[in-house]
Amino acid sequence: MTKLVDLPTTEHMLPGNRACAGCTIGIGLRSILKALDGKTVMTVPASCLTVIGGMYPISSVTVPWLNVAFPGAAAAASGLAAGLRATGRAGEMTVLAMAGDGGTADIGIQGLSGAAERNEDFIYVCYDNEAYMNTGTQRSGLTPAGARTTTTTRGKRETSKDMPRIMEAHGIPYVASISAVYPDDVYDKVAKARGLRGLRYLHMSTPCPSGWGFEPKDAVHVGQLAVDTGAVILYDVEGGVFRLTGRSKALARRGALKPVREYLSAQARFHGTSKAEVEALQAWVDSRWEEALQRDAASASPA
Amino acid sequence: MSDAGTVVITGNEAAAIAVRLAGVQVVAAYPITPQSPVVETLSKWVDAGELRAELVRVESEHSALTVCIAAATVGARVFTATSANGLAYMNEQVWWAAGARLPVVMACVNRALAAPWNVLNDQQDSMSVRDAGWIQIYCRDNQEILDSLVQAYAIAEQVQLPVMVCYDGFLLSHTSMPVTVPPAELAKAFLPRREPLPIVDLQRPRNIGQVTFADPRADASGNLCHGYMEIRALHQEALERALDVIPAVGDAFAKQFGRGGGGLLWSHLLEDAEVALVAAGSIGSELSVAAETLRSEGIRAGVLGIRAYRPFPAQAVRAALAGKALAVVVDKAMSYGYEGPICSDVRAALLDAERAPAVFGAVTGLGGREVETSQLADAARRAVADFRAGARRRRTAWINLKLREEA
Repeated sequence: MTKLVDLPTTEHMLPGNRACAGCTIGIGLRSILKALDGKTVMTVPASCLTVIGGMYPISSVTVPWLNVAFPGAAAAASGLAAGLRATGRAGEMTVLAMAGDGGTADIGIQGLSGAAERNEDFIYVCYDNEAYMNTGTQRSGLTPAGARTTTTTRGKRETSKDMPRIMEAHGIPYVASISAVYPDDVYDKVAKARGLRGLRYLHMSTPCPSGWGFEPKDAVHVGQLAVDTGAVILYDVEGGVFRLTGRSKALARRGALKPVREYLSAQARFHGTSKAEVEALQAWVDSRWEEALQRDAASASPA
Repeated sequence: MSDAGTVVITGNEAAAIAVRLAGVQVVAAYPITPQSPVVETLSKWVDAGELRAELVRVESEHSALTVCIAAATVGARVFTATSANGLAYMNEQVWWAAGARLPVVMACVNRALAAPWNVLNDQQDSMSVRDAGWIQIYCRDNQEILDSLVQAYAIAEQVQLPVMVCYDGFLLSHTSMPVTVPPAELAKAFLPRREPLPIVDLQRPRNIGQVTFADPRADASGNLCHGYMEIRALHQEALERALDVIPAVGDAFAKQFGRGGGGLLWSHLLEDAEVALVAAGSIGSELSVAAETLRSEGIRAGVLGIRAYRPFPAQAVRAALAGKALAVVVDKAMSYGYEGPICSDVRAALLDAERAPAVFGAVTGLGGREVETSQLADAARRAVADFRAGARRRRTAWINLKLREEA
């Protein structure tokens, strides 16, 4: 695993962007662009990243970036890949689609599923801040149960979709779960994805101070708590082989997760959650963690 | 794969051949009746290695146009085709392609919009996106489909605007008629490989289609760049420029291929006509026969065909209709709650004209309702009778309407 201090020092994000204080999307994007060595064309649908990219004529990155309509990230990436092939430039750059949870799991899922079924040649990163944060924290299909949003004022009742599993079910070459607050893990997985062909899907947890309700200074801490409690699990699936990675792998060896309430109590969006709801969330986390341990063990044991 | 020469083919086959002749590099489309045979034909050619293009078999029309938008941004020559609800489904991207000033070319095989379901012809689909900032060309026959699609790429790449070539579903798309297919080398010379704009460039990276403020704003070097409204004004200016470019490309086409052409309007027996029948698309042929019938009865009728509907050739329409007594505009669509869209535009174009005719609107052929030349002649006769009785404005007439009499 690449050490944090060994990450390339060349920056592809310019100093200063329009992200909210404490936003973790920028940390994630910074690592992703380093792993791609800046040789990429990005496509971004309506989302927080649209704003972070800057207002015309100012850009916050040093790579080409194509903005597209809300449902269009995966189709635009397909079109960029097709256009680069058709004009003999496919080897010049990796096509990167980067969309939020709403643009991925809700309005964009049809186009993404179509692109995955066709196994289009691009990397897709869903940065998951677990609600429509750019429009003011409305619930999405990836908002966890119990979370207060401006459209679930008493807490969301439904469990979120398991987007990486949905993508895994498409049989694409690479699926990974990452967190923006672990740049080394992000870097390694994007670098690995860069060396593969076909549709590579990375699901990146991006804690959001304004939408989740915590102090900007605590963003990395909340992201780490998500992993330490099992609310977010770091893993990848390459050619059908599931592996825990990074911090989650270390936690699996040690065999102890923190109780999920430590993660919940750090965020205002879960304030007022009943004991029963917390227990239900703990049970949900436990079952996902148990499944992850079993899948990791199954792939580790000789066939 | 048809070779050069005159062949008897459907409108959809003519469209597919045009795409091949134009050297299209990326095709993305989704099936919908009556457009599907275009994509089936292109797929067959790509599979057989007879067409060297990237074919992206997308899961929806929204994605079809998105793929074209992205591939055109890279610099590829692109094509998609759709109809009716497919066009409605990609509506968001119809606006995007135009606002982004991309030379996307689309065939819209005109079909009625649901509800209720109907797969047959009218022109409500393309008319409903007339304000989106595309160039729209309407075809009279299959030859015009081939010629207009080839010309569309020349027009699109000159003014950096998307072009929608519209032709009537089934009436043209599934009807065989003789079409002259030009030799591939001639087409290649007419449409040299597109010189890609260096928009997607690692050395000069750009952020494309960003959030843009209402007012101009300085870039990092202090140069003032356009605001949203300036960008829209330039879009409008490009459409106005297309009023010159469309006929110029038609002339260049005629010179290159020794036939064809294509301007903003076409006409039949119009010069000395008192009554002008105005329409877009294949109904122009029926109206031409109707005009001849009326002339045999002593009514001096003629036809004005709208080939370029957007940009709307208001000045040319004024010139063509000046001095006529009556214009009967026959629409295959409605601006529901008002009148036929072409009728409104013709009426508005004539407002400040000298010796302007009275303008009567008629709507016909919705959802594939049969349109016979005798009915069109009848409708024209009634309009003339109303005019002679003193009417100068009239409610839109619904031709061949069979509303049930209520008890």
